[in-house]
Amino acid sequence: MSAITRDEVAHLARLSRLALTDEELDHFAGQLDQIIAAVARVAEVATDDIPPSSHALPLTNVFRPDEVRPGLTPQQALDQAPAVEDDRFRVPRILGEEA
Amino acid sequence: MSTPTETLMPFDEAMERYEPVLGLETHVELGTASKMFCGCPTTFGAPPNTQVCPVCLGLPGSLPVANAKAIESTIRIGLALNCSIAEWCRFARKNYFYPDMPKNFQISQYDEPLCYDGYIDVEVDGETVRIGIERVHLEEDTGKSTHVGGATGRIHGADYSTVDYNRAGIPLVEIVTKPITGTGRLAPQVARAYVAELRDLMRALGVSDVRMEQGSLRCDVNVSLMPRGGTEWGTRTETKNLNSLRSVERAVRHEIERQAGILDAGGRIIQETRHFHEDTGTTTSGRSKEEAQDYRYFPEPDLVPIAPDREWVEKLRAELPEPPSVRRRRLQAEWGVSDHDMAAMRNADAIDLVEATVKAGAPPADARKWWMGELARRANESGKALAELPITPEQVARVCELVASGQLNDKLARQVLEGVLAGEGTPDEVVERRGLRIVSDEGELAAIVDQVIAENAEVAEKVRNGKIAAAGALVGGVMKATKGKADAARARQLILEKLGVSG
Amino acid sequence: MSELIRKTAAELGRMVASGEVSAVEVTQAHLDRIAEVEPKIDAFLHVAAEAALEQARAVDERRAKGERLGPLAGVPVAHKDIFTTVDMPTTAASKILEGWRPPYDATVTRRLREAGLVIVGKTNLDEFAMGSSTENSAYKPTRNPWDLTRVPGGSSGGSAAAVAAYAVPLATGTDTGGSIRQPAAVTGIVGTKPTYGGSSRYGLIAFASSLDTPGPFARNVLDAALLHEAFSGHDPLDSTSINAPVPPVVEAARQADVSGMRVGVIKEFVEGEGYQRGVLRRFTEAVELLESLGAKTIEISCPSFAYALPAYYLIAPSECSSNLARFDAMRYGLRVGDDGTRSAEEVMALTRAAGFGPEVKRRIMLGTYALSSGYYDAYYGSAQKVRTLIARDFEAAFQQVDVLVSPTTPTTAFKLGERVDDPMAMYLADLCTIPSNLAGNAAISVPCGLAEEDNLPVGLQIIAPVLGDDRCYRVGAAVEKALEDRWGGPLLKEAPSL
Ligand SMILES: [Zn+2]
Repeated sequence: MSAITRDEVAHLARLSRLALTDEELDHFAGQLDQIIAAVARVAEVATDDIPPSSHALPLTNVFRPDEVRPGLTPQQALDQAPAVEDDRFRVPRILGEEA
Repeated sequence: MSTPTETLMPFDEAMERYEPVLGLETHVELGTASKMFCGCPTTFGAPPNTQVCPVCLGLPGSLPVANAKAIESTIRIGLALNCSIAEWCRFARKNYFYPDMPKNFQISQYDEPLCYDGYIDVEVDGETVRIGIERVHLEEDTGKSTHVGGATGRIHGADYSTVDYNRAGIPLVEIVTKPITGTGRLAPQVARAYVAELRDLMRALGVSDVRMEQGSLRCDVNVSLMPRGGTEWGTRTETKNLNSLRSVERAVRHEIERQAGILDAGGRIIQETRHFHEDTGTTTSGRSKEEAQDYRYFPEPDLVPIAPDREWVEKLRAELPEPPSVRRRRLQAEWGVSDHDMAAMRNADAIDLVEATVKAGAPPADARKWWMGELARRANESGKALAELPITPEQVARVCELVASGQLNDKLARQVLEGVLAGEGTPDEVVERRGLRIVSDEGELAAIVDQVIAENAEVAEKVRNGKIAAAGALVGGVMKATKGKADAARARQLILEKLGVSG
Repeated sequence: MSELIRKTAAELGRMVASGEVSAVEVTQAHLDRIAEVEPKIDAFLHVAAEAALEQARAVDERRAKGERLGPLAGVPVAHKDIFTTVDMPTTAASKILEGWRPPYDATVTRRLREAGLVIVGKTNLDEFAMGSSTENSAYKPTRNPWDLTRVPGGSSGGSAAAVAAYAVPLATGTDTGGSIRQPAAVTGIVGTKPTYGGSSRYGLIAFASSLDTPGPFARNVLDAALLHEAFSGHDPLDSTSINAPVPPVVEAARQADVSGMRVGVIKEFVEGEGYQRGVLRRFTEAVELLESLGAKTIEISCPSFAYALPAYYLIAPSECSSNLARFDAMRYGLRVGDDGTRSAEEVMALTRAAGFGPEVKRRIMLGTYALSSGYYDAYYGSAQKVRTLIARDFEAAFQQVDVLVSPTTPTTAFKLGERVDDPMAMYLADLCTIPSNLAGNAAISVPCGLAEEDNLPVGLQIIAPVLGDDRCYRVGAAVEKALEDRWGGPLLKEAPSL
């Protein structure tokens, strides 16, 4: 039995905003299946009594004072943008939820 | 899908058949000097993309560092809402793609909020309702999109959009209630009263300017209906981004009527986000597709956990200001005003101003009279909030003092206020420049009284003959002659004396 | 060939400071060498000759004014093209960032400049540092100076090849799962993964935030320590940066003494399949050498290390799937398919499909999968528990020994193309290096000879506890000194195929 189906890979591609071709989907489906089967081993030792670690080191409470620092000029901010209009980033029409 | 033909069930009828369950998610932009994770300023209304840096633009390689003041403010909000403060918690990434979000994830908190399990009491119709608080957490705001082209100027049908990231990264506190049940027909008012109470609380804490019209306090309301006598809650809808207290109340009321109408017709409620329209007081479906979001939350690896020191938390608790409801009760007693007048002052955001005016020496009744009368009218005319008027409580107190000492009458006082608002200077300067001081020279006033009596011999005769009510016309004459600068009571007294009658 | 390129960084720094040679002469000599070898090895994505000479002139002027120069002032350095630089493009070897000009310098970049180092260019890497061979660069593969048909390791393969080819004495890299140590090992040079948080990630284009660590490459241990010291230390712009003094790495590299030290040999990394015979032989000899130098060696078992590779291939892709979401064609970089009718969503998906290479796509999808609701606990959640177990294994080990040793990689450099479409085989290259990334501790790779089968370099990995970076240098320098005595000079005295 495979760990992941081609449909699932297509769903992952959509979630990841990757417009993959059918060929790519087939190719990745096989490879991801192989990788997932291999990495699933982690569950063998991950028992309930072990706390998870999200960080390499146990640092806590790193804050900065609430002070204003110089940032970028609008020119610097917009300089590398693919499209600009009225000092704003111009982007293609947005579908979906009205923010 | 909802359609325009859906029929609403009248509110009273809906309330007979169903019990509403509410839930509110409120977002408050904190009033910190700098953003949540970078040093960019947070001033409202700056030109586009002038308050950005590599961090809040999400440039490759940039990293967030949490603003200490924002953490502190969130803990203070949590304490004021009677919450527990986490011993240890983390930020999490909420992953979804959207052009106004520079990193395509939002730094937020997931299952480890900074504050949790609290409550706040609100009063509605003299009844106290305790609203449970599920959690208070900290996250970052998004940028702002402008939709260009298309028929409506809205997102749907637009040709393209432009994005300003000035708002991206401003600290945002999210306050989530537990489900609110058992409020029955008071539900819309409870929702409104809750948001009003939060707003007053934020203001008392000094953590946000809570300007709903500028979006620094935004509210999402979940509504579901349960048949009376039932035990299972219905499917809920979430009405997004309500930006006034009135909208909160109306949206809840409308959703109750709408959902009851659908249920009554044998329909089912769709779990969806909805948008409220101020003009019609109705909501419409907001999401184009019904696909469940998968935000793939995970602990933010670029930020380290927060473990608030217990002594610090206790110090913050000890320093909390008087709760707004307690303060309102205290002020009401001190000022001796009715529930109705107190509510009116609260609705007009006048309580702080009246209090400051009283502190500056004005009698409470006078302070209230000016702020709720002449100044409220002026604010209304210019479309401003009271606090935005270019006059200080100290200046209003000075006007009260000038009236009390007989140097101004009410009519002149209004002119003084007008002068201050017009930028002509302090009340004393306006009095000086406009020559508004009352005619208090007895000799001068007596001469004017004599002149008015002479010019109105007939009226004077009537008064002499005992028709004292006619003296009013003579007082009017004196006021006219002095352009309103006479003390009307003193003028009346003089007139009666001269005509040999006693008032 | 100028004799200057044969000098160590320490020597060059001394010569520039004393005025024996100008920084401009040193820089020019290396630029000439780059021009000579670059057609063969393709180590650089960008060579900044003019900017480099200008920086060199500035150093010479400072000296002329009587300013005291730091130990590496005027010394050329190659900079992995994953650190932002205001005066050079920064691409992370990805098409999606082609031509991007960052408006800010990474902290590591800024500190190199402040120390007077001369940045001669940006080096090639696996796209977004994902890979172990530098073949995943969207621009070109880099070749191993020992054998041009072989890979230089990765992801920091360009930096490693440049140093091994005497094009520069020093280079920067980043190590997420072995991306400094593994290329150092297979190109016969020294490479360090400092303690996580010891060197700043600000301006380092993130692959896996909780693992990424900037570190140095050099041809000898002292030079690596000098570069390590130059760019390390607390950075308030990186929340995960450690607010503590930099461990005394230079002093330790000079000390080069292991007498009385306790050295643990990781049992799990000398047995099992996949290890090349010559690699194990050189490793065993290195352990014997340490004993002969007065160290006490014992075998240490770290049973959880067997799960490090799978845990890594869940954690790193998970973080990368989120870190790389920002490349969406909206604010900078490539934009594909914006014909005025397509939606932002479609343009994002087309751009990302066109701008990312196969390995990046693979890892983004793997990470998206591991974080998805319903799979999170089994994959990402379990991997984080393994992370705890690995840290515990290290903790237990370091109660018994001062450092741990293992081969850096199971094999010597493999052939170009050999593992390109076999991800699992490629991932094995990082088998021995990954545990230190998961636990955040320090590790170094130093050359320990050539495998007899292929005459290619073998690396010895020396692992120290968190903030014990100096121990890596102390042991590494001792091994280096003893081996050079035996070899009669550096292993890399002659750049083999150049
Ligand atoms: Zn910023």
